[in-house]
Amino acid sequence: MTDATANGQTGQLTTADGKPLKQALARAQSRAKRKAFFLVLPLLAFILITFVIPIGQMLHKSFYNEGFTVHEEIGSGVRTPIMTNLAAWFDENPLGTEPNETAYAALAADLVVLKDLRAAGQAGTRINYEKSGSRSMFTKAARKADKLEPPFKEAILDLDKDWADPELWRVMRDASSSYTGNFYLAAVDRTKDVNGNVVMVDENRQVYVKLFQRTLFLSLLITFLTFVLAYPIAHLLATLPLRHSNLLMILVLLPFWTSLLVRTTSWMVLLQSQGVINDSLVGMGLLGDENRLQMMYNQLGTVIAMTHILLPFMVLPLYSVMRPINPSYVRAARSLGATSWTAFRRIYFPQTVPGIGAGALLVFILAVGYYITPALVGGADGQLISNLIAFHMQKSLNWSLAAALAALLLGGVMILYWLYDRLIGIDNLKLG
Amino acid sequence: MAETQTKDAFVKFDRVQKSYDGETLVVKDLNLSMPKGEFLTMLGPSGSGKTTCLMMLAGFETATHGEILLDGRPINNIPPHKRGIGMVFQNYALFPHMTVAENLSFPLEVRGIGKSEREEKIKRALDMVQMGQFGGRRPAQLSGGQQQRIALSRALVFEPELVLMDEPLGALDKQLREHMQFEITRLAHELGITTVYVTHDQTEALTMSDRVAVFDDGRIQQLAPPDVLYEEPQNSFVAQFIGENNTLEGVVKEMKGSDLCVVQLDDGELIDAKPVNVSKAGERTRVSIRPERVEFNKERLQPGAHLLKAEVLEFIYMGDIFRTRLRVAGNEDFVVKTRNAPDQVRLTPGQQIEIGWLPGDCRALDA
Repeated sequence: MTDATANGQTGQLTTADGKPLKQALARAQSRAKRKAFFLVLPLLAFILITFVIPIGQMLHKSFYNEGFTVHEEIGSGVRTPIMTNLAAWFDENPLGTEPNETAYAALAADLVVLKDLRAAGQAGTRINYEKSGSRSMFTKAARKADKLEPPFKEAILDLDKDWADPELWRVMRDASSSYTGNFYLAAVDRTKDVNGNVVMVDENRQVYVKLFQRTLFLSLLITFLTFVLAYPIAHLLATLPLRHSNLLMILVLLPFWTSLLVRTTSWMVLLQSQGVINDSLVGMGLLGDENRLQMMYNQLGTVIAMTHILLPFMVLPLYSVMRPINPSYVRAARSLGATSWTAFRRIYFPQTVPGIGAGALLVFILAVGYYITPALVGGADGQLISNLIAFHMQKSLNWSLAAALAALLLGGVMILYWLYDRLIGIDNLKLG
Repeated sequence: MAETQTKDAFVKFDRVQKSYDGETLVVKDLNLSMPKGEFLTMLGPSGSGKTTCLMMLAGFETATHGEILLDGRPINNIPPHKRGIGMVFQNYALFPHMTVAENLSFPLEVRGIGKSEREEKIKRALDMVQMGQFGGRRPAQLSGGQQQRIALSRALVFEPELVLMDEPLGALDKQLREHMQFEITRLAHELGITTVYVTHDQTEALTMSDRVAVFDDGRIQQLAPPDVLYEEPQNSFVAQFIGENNTLEGVVKEMKGSDLCVVQLDDGELIDAKPVNVSKAGERTRVSIRPERVEFNKERLQPGAHLLKAEVLEFIYMGDIFRTRLRVAGNEDFVVKTRNAPDQVRLTPGQQIEIGWLPGDCRALDA
């Protein structure tokens, strides 16, 4: 035991043998702290390896793409810079310079390198991301690269006159640097014109902004619907005697224990036009056989299925704030002269706000990134932004665009989280 | 039992019964009337029905049978918010998301009282409990005693004529509790409010109330002012529940008029007692004597009084009093309390003595 004695001269507390108290305390606690650190170390390592690093790499891809700058040989991993001559020409000549013979000569030299490395497809794909139809030009030109003779401009234009397209040159100029913001531009339906000005893409190719809006709208709608459905259930759960409320709680949690896929497919069984609901309505004569309701493969299907699937995430935080609210608060309000509505509005409801906030945040964040359910029941109408991210990850293999979309989604969620913190306060959040 | 005329009864329970499950009665045939301005305490062990009575009066429970009248009006079908009854809850029930001033403002706002008048009333109510400068605090920032004061002033701020208190001092420590007991009675009398106070603490009941209703088993066992309750318990439950009490069991041997009877204890000894719940010889009875009314100085007893042999088992010095535990007629928990006075005898364990009492202090109650 050390006695803390105040040192009058410095105002610093010291132990009985004169050591500073803070130092002594830190030493006394360091062992326990070290032990605690070793306990969480496995989790820390796990999170670092499986979460922080991959996501960091993924986000890095959103503004860094080596498709047009470096070729990495599969297997050996040898990295060779490509398109170096062209990059040098871009460096010397500002944007808007008409490509001259020197430029075409540089292109021809680079095409030879592409042919040798069999990298024309890779480079073409990178250009293709921003200007479709370019990939075949690269593979075709690379095949004949050896036979190109000066004057290179004519020779290359002979292969395909599209090589003179100023937009192609603008794309190549941007791609010749690994770092680019173009994927973010593409993710918000924007591109650059030949002069490097940011412009909207053609109207029939504007998809992402609309999809972001739809994702935001549907997520808010689903959050609102879960709230409307969950509030009474949570209140019932919180006020019933424990014996009954446990049984009800199991019913609420039951969906948690079934696979997401099973739940989604059961909704398909229910909602499809030859499904249970339509069949019953037709069977009861409420609906003509030819007027079957289209409840699936549209937004309605996505909303219904996701509301059901995300409901427990709203019920549980609400329940956890409602359970400890003493019924005497409402009684007190009633005895003070409030009607039951006023007592609810002014006394009960404000005390459940932390649970509403937690539930809404949870449901909204989950909904914004939801993928399987919209993919299965959403049709074309009910797709969310994550379905497009998945498309670019798996089908079009434009990982940089997928990463840019995901980064925007993450940024959006973080802004909402920040707003929530400003408006309601994050310490007002109660998850359980 | 002290009865009040029905016509000036402010609160009246008329043959009220309450059952929660339809099988057992929690409150059995309750009749009670209170005049305006009275401080009445409902005292009883937990489960005796006292809180249920309070909740029925407040309107949170409905009477299964019978009628409750407030100022002559039946209130069975009036919802709680229209009864205009102030209530202080056991856990104070201060709204945690509101400041003290907002808590007090709430009953005034729902009554549609204007802002300036509200502020004036809040200030007056806070000053009344000496909490004037705490208006801006949250309940969580206050100590238990302070919360209690706020709860009290919130129940009084809208000037109700009847205030109900459900064990309001249960969570406070002893010293604070005693202080608040005084404070609450002072306020109640100053403001002339009718108060129904529920507690299971008999000291609280005795010190605060005009009258105490002792509850047990869903019935009022006795309704009387504190001194009557203590000195003249009507049955053995009340005698046991209020204060410390010595009991001896036996059979009535002889009735000597309405004020005296002789009881033969189970070990054969005879004592004098005042018949309360017994009417004829041969009935079983339980006699009750308060520890401070037992006398072992024969000179102070009436001549001819029956004496009992006793053995001193324990002597405890408690400062202001001495507490002596005796074996009397086979009962080893017979306690005698004597005042610490210069001429007082101090008994030693093992000593054989004789004890007695004035017949009026020994009450023959139901067995």
